[in-house]
Amino acid sequence: MTLDDAAPEPLDETPPALGVDALLDDPGTRIVVCCGSGGVGKTTTAAALGLRAAERGRKVVVLTIDPARRLAQSMGIDELDNTPRRVPDIKGEGELHAMMLDMKRTFDEIVEAHADGERAAAILNNPFYQSLSAGFAGTQEYMAMEKLGQLRSREEWDLIVVDTPPSRSALDFLDAPKRLGSFLDGRLIRVLMAPAKVGGRAGMKFLNAGMSMMTGALGKLLGGQLLRDVQTFVAAMDTMFGGFRTRADATYRLLQAPGTAFLVVAAPERDALREAAYFVERLAAEDMPLAGLVLNRVHTSGAAQLSARRALAAAENLSEAGIVDLEDGKADRGDTGSGANSPAEQAGSDDPVPAAGATGTATEDQGSPAEGPSVDEITAGLLRLHAERMELLAREQHTRDRFAALHPEVAVTEVAALPGDVHDLDGLRTIGERLAASGAEEAAP
Amino acid sequence: MSRFQVVSGKGGTGKTTVAAALALALATAGKRTLLVEVEGRQGIAQLFETAPLPYEERKIAVAPGGGEVFALAIDPELALLDYLQMFYKLGGAGRALRKLGAIDFATTIAPGLRDVLLTGKTCEAVRRKDKAGRYAYDHVVMDAPPTGRITRFLGVNEEVAGLAKVGPIHHQAQAVMRTLKSRDTAVHLVSLLEEMPVQETVDGITELRAAKLPVGRVMVNMVRPEVLDEAALRRVRETPPRAALAKSLSAAGLGGARRGGGAERLVTPLLEQAGEYAERFALESGQREVLAGLDLPLHELPFLAGGLDLAGLYRLAKILRKQGVA
Repeated sequence: MTLDDAAPEPLDETPPALGVDALLDDPGTRIVVCCGSGGVGKTTTAAALGLRAAERGRKVVVLTIDPARRLAQSMGIDELDNTPRRVPDIKGEGELHAMMLDMKRTFDEIVEAHADGERAAAILNNPFYQSLSAGFAGTQEYMAMEKLGQLRSREEWDLIVVDTPPSRSALDFLDAPKRLGSFLDGRLIRVLMAPAKVGGRAGMKFLNAGMSMMTGALGKLLGGQLLRDVQTFVAAMDTMFGGFRTRADATYRLLQAPGTAFLVVAAPERDALREAAYFVERLAAEDMPLAGLVLNRVHTSGAAQLSARRALAAAENLSEAGIVDLEDGKADRGDTGSGANSPAEQAGSDDPVPAAGATGTATEDQGSPAEGPSVDEITAGLLRLHAERMELLAREQHTRDRFAALHPEVAVTEVAALPGDVHDLDGLRTIGERLAASGAEEAAP
Repeated sequence: MSRFQVVSGKGGTGKTTVAAALALALATAGKRTLLVEVEGRQGIAQLFETAPLPYEERKIAVAPGGGEVFALAIDPELALLDYLQMFYKLGGAGRALRKLGAIDFATTIAPGLRDVLLTGKTCEAVRRKDKAGRYAYDHVVMDAPPTGRITRFLGVNEEVAGLAKVGPIHHQAQAVMRTLKSRDTAVHLVSLLEEMPVQETVDGITELRAAKLPVGRVMVNMVRPEVLDEAALRRVRETPPRAALAKSLSAAGLGGARRGGGAERLVTPLLEQAGEYAERFALESGQREVLAGLDLPLHELPFLAGGLDLAGLYRLAKILRKQGVA
């Protein structure tokens, strides 16, 4: 990566703008799924979209999977749980509800709803079930799908915004129904269920040799008691499995239906955009409707006309002037940053830190305070800061161009970076405005 | 120095990078390390600029001083068959299990078993010795699942040992837990100087400690250098000497200082950027204090402006060594 001399030029193939407001306002949009790799602001994006849709008059529920406590608080809710809670202080006619997926609760509810009392108790008390439902890798994906299906079938909201689990690959979410299906179609479940179901010697007649070898092997591997737990569990769940599967298939189809829109969330960084490209390809392969890419934390500069190189050269000029006039060393620079890789140093300046006590052309007439840095020092610092910003811009532009070249059809909305985190509804509103901004420009005549 | 070092962190903090740099740092001076990937992302191959890794321990880098870094991307399905073969002599039955969909079940559907296999296979590499009784690897570094899942991931064998009260799985699970809770293991968390990653780090440490898993170090990644110090920031925020700045910019050759001149037009955007920097600077200082309050060894790794490449990885490894992690 070198220092780019000029400001990043606009692309010829600028990606189409994603009209967020049009998407949120369309009564046909019933589900918005936010997916993307970890740490790109997926959950915050989901919350901001939900808030914006609500304040534009829709009745919205946001299903988050693993939100930071702070995000719940920013919506005025102390603790999010498995039941949608209405978010107070929403402007306008719409409503915003928010909830957080509780895997165990969701699983328990399914059991309670689909099995009679005695059977439900047998399942809920089964040790294998208890471990399974407490949320090993994988359970979250099934339960997120289940919850989404539940929310949709209640017809209480006209828009559901879903955040996806922070799993190995967020698209495990999509694989959940298929895996469940292939498991339920498989012979394994019959093997597991056979002994518990038929039991005794009479049952053995129905098992072929291979199968009895199998249960033998499983018993050896798992230990007899665990195998019995698993078998009891599978037998008890037997009647419910069909329902699971039907619902999972239905949810999968729901995701493919026209009322659903997927948004891939990313930041303009190499790894995040690489994952985003993967999501885009996977969604296409699964016939899932992609609405576009949300690019969070994009940086801008009001002084883009000044290139990084010129800014650094100018900063160096000022610093050198300061060294000549060096008087004393009272300005104490606490150089705590690990500057070994600072772009300023790489740019070839031997002394990237302005010398202490520098004086210069502009200090006299401004009555610069006797203590503290001189104006030239400050100017040099501002210029270095700007150079850093321009380099960041150039890198971001480069990764975005790469994505746009590979996926020119994907509509994009860019969200300018905020210096801090979101703490309240106003913060979410600001993000919502930024989300909608690029599409609005496009729509204007 | 712990022989097994687990690297976790919130998504987006660069835990794969830190794990790789740590493996390199530990390999320096003739040591041999194994870098293990468990999430099937092939992040290690990308970092080391090699072809995707197969399920096989393979040398991927040479460290300064003749050390070697091996890498292993664990494939849960193959790991299971491996296990069945090695420990339970279930070769034929293993194939039958596969036909029945049991392998698929075990590695994808039965939640938890995947984690058992990943931790089990890694611990096997940690404990493995050659014929002379020396450890096969001086250190094993794992690029582990994110902070939100790490305690459950590492604790999975405890759960399994509780579920399967007898039999080989029970013993296996117990052996893995013994390794994980011993002084041989350290769990490091990677963070950024931002609120959410720091909060997750704090929560993660609480969880790890509650589960009696050994917490190692906190690695703050992508730390940006200080460009403007506090005195300068105060000045530009409180009483920005706008006219003097314009003159100074002009003197540096950036156009006229008068209203509408090239230098003058730079003042407002540059001050804006300084304002944003100040806000971030204050936020970062606050987060740094939170992390310092954790009372754990704290390391800072610089942000690499050019994006991370192989050279950058070696640089980070060198910094880690200087900071005494290896």
